[in-house]
Amino acid sequence: MSITQAALVLADGSMFEGEAIGAVPPSGIASGEVVFNTVLSGYQEVMTDPSYAGQIITFTAPHIGNYGVSPIDFESRKPFCRGVIVRDLARRESNYRSDEHLDAMLTRYGIAGIAGIDTRRLTRLLRDTGAMSGAFGTADFVALQAAAVNEPGTDGIDLVAQVTTPAAYTVGSTVNGAGHKIVAYDFGIKYSIVDHLATLGEVTVVPASTTAAEVLAMSPTGVFLSNGPGDPAEVTYAVDAIRELVGQVPIFGICLGHQLLSRALGGSTYKLPFGHHGGNHPVMHLANGRVEITSQNHNFCVDAESLGDAVEVTHVNLNDNTNEGMWVKGEAAFSVQYHPEASPGPHDANYLFGVFDEMMSNPTDWRAKPQIWRETPMRVAGLPAGEHPDPAITDDADTKA
Amino acid sequence: MPKRTDIHSILIIGSGPIVIGQACEFDYSGTQACRVLREEGYRVILANSNPATIMTDPDFADATYIEPLTPEVVAGIIERERPDAVLPTMGGQTALNIAMTLFERGLVGVPGTPELIGANAEAISTAEDRGKFKQAMIEIGLGVPASGIAHDMDQARLVIAEIGLPCIIRPAYILGGRGTGIASTMAEFEQLASNGIDASPIQEILIETSIAGWKEYELEVMRDRMDNCVIICSIENFDPMGVHTGDSITVAPAQTLSDVEYQKMRDAALACIRRVGVETGGSNVQFAVNPATGEQVVIEMNPRVSRSSALASKATGFPIAKIAAKLAIGYTLDEIPNDITKMTPASFEPSIDYVVTKIPRWAFEKLPGTTGILGTQMQSVGEAMAIGRTFPESLQKGLRSLEQGRFGLNCDPAEGQFDEQSDDALLHSISIPTPDRIFQIGELLHRKVSIERIHEACKVYPWFLDQMSIITDEREALSELAGAELTRPQWKRAKRLGFSDAQLAYLWGTAETEVRAAREAAGVLPTYKTVDTCAAEFNAETPYHYSTYEDENEVRPSDKPKVIILGSGPNRIGQGIEFDYCCVHASFSLRDAGFETVMINCNPETVSTDYDTSDRLYFEPLTKEDVLNVIAAETAASGGVAPKVIVSLGGQTPLKLSGELPVELIAGTSPKSIDLAEDREKWAVLCESLRIPQPPGGTALDLEQALQIVDTVGFPVLVRPSYVLGGRGMQIVHDRNHLARAMAELSGYGSLGKEGGLSAERPVLIDRFLEDATEVDVDAVRDHTGEVLIGGVMEHVEEAGVHSGDSACAIPPQTLSAWVVEVIEAYTRSIASALDVRGLINVQYAVLGTTVYVIEANPRASRTVPFVAKATGVALAKVATRVMLGATLAELRIEGLLVEPVTGGHVSVKEAVLPFSRFPEVDTALGPEMRSTGEVMGIDATFGKAFFKAELAAGTVLPTSGTVFLSLADGDKPAGIVVARRLREMGLGIAATSGTADYLGRFGIMVDQLVGKLSEGADVTAVDLIAAGEVTFVINTPQGRGGRTDGEQIRKSANVHRVSSVTTIAAALAAVQGLSEHANQAIEVRTLQEYHAR
Repeated sequence: MSITQAALVLADGSMFEGEAIGAVPPSGIASGEVVFNTVLSGYQEVMTDPSYAGQIITFTAPHIGNYGVSPIDFESRKPFCRGVIVRDLARRESNYRSDEHLDAMLTRYGIAGIAGIDTRRLTRLLRDTGAMSGAFGTADFVALQAAAVNEPGTDGIDLVAQVTTPAAYTVGSTVNGAGHKIVAYDFGIKYSIVDHLATLGEVTVVPASTTAAEVLAMSPTGVFLSNGPGDPAEVTYAVDAIRELVGQVPIFGICLGHQLLSRALGGSTYKLPFGHHGGNHPVMHLANGRVEITSQNHNFCVDAESLGDAVEVTHVNLNDNTNEGMWVKGEAAFSVQYHPEASPGPHDANYLFGVFDEMMSNPTDWRAKPQIWRETPMRVAGLPAGEHPDPAITDDADTKA
Repeated sequence: MPKRTDIHSILIIGSGPIVIGQACEFDYSGTQACRVLREEGYRVILANSNPATIMTDPDFADATYIEPLTPEVVAGIIERERPDAVLPTMGGQTALNIAMTLFERGLVGVPGTPELIGANAEAISTAEDRGKFKQAMIEIGLGVPASGIAHDMDQARLVIAEIGLPCIIRPAYILGGRGTGIASTMAEFEQLASNGIDASPIQEILIETSIAGWKEYELEVMRDRMDNCVIICSIENFDPMGVHTGDSITVAPAQTLSDVEYQKMRDAALACIRRVGVETGGSNVQFAVNPATGEQVVIEMNPRVSRSSALASKATGFPIAKIAAKLAIGYTLDEIPNDITKMTPASFEPSIDYVVTKIPRWAFEKLPGTTGILGTQMQSVGEAMAIGRTFPESLQKGLRSLEQGRFGLNCDPAEGQFDEQSDDALLHSISIPTPDRIFQIGELLHRKVSIERIHEACKVYPWFLDQMSIITDEREALSELAGAELTRPQWKRAKRLGFSDAQLAYLWGTAETEVRAAREAAGVLPTYKTVDTCAAEFNAETPYHYSTYEDENEVRPSDKPKVIILGSGPNRIGQGIEFDYCCVHASFSLRDAGFETVMINCNPETVSTDYDTSDRLYFEPLTKEDVLNVIAAETAASGGVAPKVIVSLGGQTPLKLSGELPVELIAGTSPKSIDLAEDREKWAVLCESLRIPQPPGGTALDLEQALQIVDTVGFPVLVRPSYVLGGRGMQIVHDRNHLARAMAELSGYGSLGKEGGLSAERPVLIDRFLEDATEVDVDAVRDHTGEVLIGGVMEHVEEAGVHSGDSACAIPPQTLSAWVVEVIEAYTRSIASALDVRGLINVQYAVLGTTVYVIEANPRASRTVPFVAKATGVALAKVATRVMLGATLAELRIEGLLVEPVTGGHVSVKEAVLPFSRFPEVDTALGPEMRSTGEVMGIDATFGKAFFKAELAAGTVLPTSGTVFLSLADGDKPAGIVVARRLREMGLGIAATSGTADYLGRFGIMVDQLVGKLSEGADVTAVDLIAAGEVTFVINTPQGRGGRTDGEQIRKSANVHRVSSVTTIAAALAAVQGLSEHANQAIEVRTLQEYHAR
């Protein structure tokens, strides 16, 4: 394996030496907002999560690529991240599920990476200074720093528009007798969310710009607000639609969906210093006092105080006490900041899909004082990995493995 | 939820002596538990028979019982203390088994008795009873290997007819896989099944389909009483299924599972702990994964902290035992702060940004007759752990941490052993797991044999093999750079793959110091990263470091005076927990005295590698390069002020390094004095000048010189190498042929060379062997004013010739005249002064008639220091450490650290614990080479009672009824009269060989049964009687030399059938004395605090 020297430079001028991996970026420079993720396994799911649009992902786990890449572990039609930073890219992968080497996957999708980096130094830096713009590649220091400084980051940009499906598509129910009709807003939806929803009924995934009227015209039993990249304040059209939907139909939101629901209710959101990106965050389920170990991936956060009496806070992050979930008082609507669909990460919170199921079946009861949080058992169950029928593939030149 | 206020006192059961499968890890967990529970305000009562533990220090519990760990004795402690609760999950299988027996007898866990906290009886039996466990797993839908249970051979044959060969046999309720094995043929099956039924305390075995070759994993789980569950660590075994986890190289975190597979395993582990019903605390669950299909099956779970949880704690920084203790008293995970980050709770799953590799260390060389083949029964005696940013780095660090003369993955002189072997021969070798397999694989990769072929032969997963081949490929690239000046990136790349300077020196044919100089000139220095549980997501307060070669160094500056304590590395026979005890005490006492303490060690089982023990912890190999690097890093962190280094408390490991370190940094006795005591010639001159007699002898580099010595001193002689612990290679030689064999092994690069530390420059010591002499050990401390404190004078039970580590001993001496003891003390003072000792010295003597001979002196901590401290109430190691740093004994008396020893009123006996039950092929006769893995202590009012307790604690059941078999060497027969007469007085039957019976008959002692000699083809032999269960105890003393075959078979037979035996007449005399004083009375228990009361 020949080595191509490369470097990473952050907006503050910090430099890290490494080797180029993956695709060769245009003019030898890849740039974006640099964040770190602490998962020990699940690099493929992380890289293909559309919520990372605009970002360069640093993996704190030193060995990446060990078990290769599997076609069924894609979380979307392609990676939307701007690049990956690793300490060590496996030279050889081994796992019966693997179809290809990670480096080949990155190259195929045009994602550049850099290996050999002191990712711990980088993580400590990001932890102390907050997420920062950065650029890496084979270009010289000056060019890289200029690119880092000029990189707009994720603030004030509507990244959702870059990742949402251009056209609606429908996924059939995967469980006999599951009869809900769910409309899922795609703000950057993960396939595993679609898979979970499909166990409850038929899922129609719609573009982020779909209006409330268009959604209601489909007469769904429930509306799902997906995860997605970037700043919720920039997705005003979605906030408008959600405002109209609250009270009309049961709603469940995850991550960006949680933030957009909050904004629709008049709340505000703010940016965390370096975000939560990992699979080990403890979240307290306030109603029963139990702790869920959760998968998280967000830079922005809901200011629960700004919502006043409109919501009841249901979940809190035990590391930093930030808001992790809420029920909209008097409505069949709830949302969480973290990822109950996991992928990657622990399955502790997948009961929330059961909550949505019951809420759609019996919205009236759930509008009154819901017992949901007290009575919902924590379920530990894996979900069979499904196929991901996604017509949106056609809009990209690349094809899925 | 707050802690429980309905309980006030808690009994913690320890794990007893260090044995294979149960080592220091339970001192680590028990010590943490004691500490936590006392901090929380509970009265802590501790039962443990092992005096070398930190947990049995009287400071760690309110009531410390150093008493035998039997259900009866623990019941006596409960009777006396009436605790509200018993915590049985900190003391390994020993504590769980005792708790279960007490539960069955209605003494714990039922209303009106102490509550079992941590795990209740139902949970313990579900996890430990293999049939019940399988059923439970099937109930919750988890995969298990096809299997059946058998309690006798008929049932076993029915099961095998159903599931077929190959199969694996696992006895129920055993530790470390004792009695476990894989059978591929019916003959093997018959053998293993019947051994397994014998080994199980409930005569039960599980027979299951063999899944040898599958990937093996372990998850460490914690659960609190709110049912919050977290996984602390995942561990992947390098060695696939078929090798016991304790004998496998293991890696954390898991490396080759996709998230989909990992989460499935996590779900299964949580379902398992919930179903088994462990209410609070830690458990581990083991899985096997079919590499071709991903099928997962549950192998077993331990409802308690374990060796793996100690490893997981060290690997992640998450203190499992400490948290488990808090959960047991009612806290929930979210109420407990994460010690390391302080800001976040313990209810999370650690993320780590490095790779941890654990490598076992075995002692086959000390156990002639063993095959050295690894299997499902654990055989290793210790382990080293290494941390690196990548697997190659941690693997190479781990291999050099083993201290077996290896510098990493080959690329060192020892790799020459493969020169003569063909690829095919090596491929065949790696199909059988042995301690050398990792190096054989390395050699094959170096020869460019394909990963596919290697995988085919050994089943090690290809990812690991490829990572290893990155090392061997790099080696090739580096060898081409010989003589060239390396660029910084080239240096960095090599060091990042874990290459030691010593490997590079070997590769380039230069000296290690030159490699170091060139590397430093290129500006390539190690950086130290922090183990912080969270992959740097949060700020870490705990300076727990490992070295790697990266951009950023995390060692924080500090200007307090620093002392580095070099630990003792992986446990081995001859160097174990006793030395860790000394290092930990050093750290405690120096911290109290205002120093900043820095520990360097690589043994994950120990208290010394708990990040709470010292101010700073470096988890690093104890090699010259790594230690010098830490000294440099700490010097830089102190603004250029170099720390002091303690080399004399960690056994031979740091002592061997002392010559490599700057002499001015070494605290305490100077390396010159250490060398003076080791250098035979100088030592002889010294003793002569002091007028202290020595057995005549000399040193020899070859056979010719050896023969010259023997011509002067005569046979028998004691032959031993210099600079070793545990009598490695020590032999009693009776004739010229034997001497030739011994010299071939010991001199130059003999077979011992590969164990490290021996070299051609170090001569072999040959001394006249003093037959039937009484051996005496003394531990003393001398300060810089010349005052000498005699810590303890120990009289050995077994005569000289049995290694002191394998011999029982007593404080105070039992048969020596007062004037002899006084002479010994005077000699000790004189030697300590002549060597200008600053700190500890251990001197060994042999008393023959009225002459006291000095055998050897070692100006360092000895194995007996903790025993002496427990026997006398003097914190010898703490005192010695302060003395090394300049304090005087007088000052320490004023300070209150040094107190008057408690004399009179009690006798303390130390007994050795031997590993023979795992090695049926080994002769159990004791000799000059040490083979014990651990020790126990018995304390009582008289020697007999204390000895009885010590034997009971060591697992030697002295007979109170039945028939004792006697077979004595001629020289032992007179004492045999006394032994036989006492046995008769106590109403015991006697069986004896014709010679012994005839002799006893002449003195009016009749034997009940005459037994013929095996070698003469007799009808009824001792082996038959033992096998038939007609003998309850065996006294068999070897006949000098030769003619050992009969005796050897008798001893082996006793070992296999678990009939206790003694192999020296001295031990037999002590045993009958113990028996007659014990006289069937209940054992009385008393706390150490009571014994030490002044």
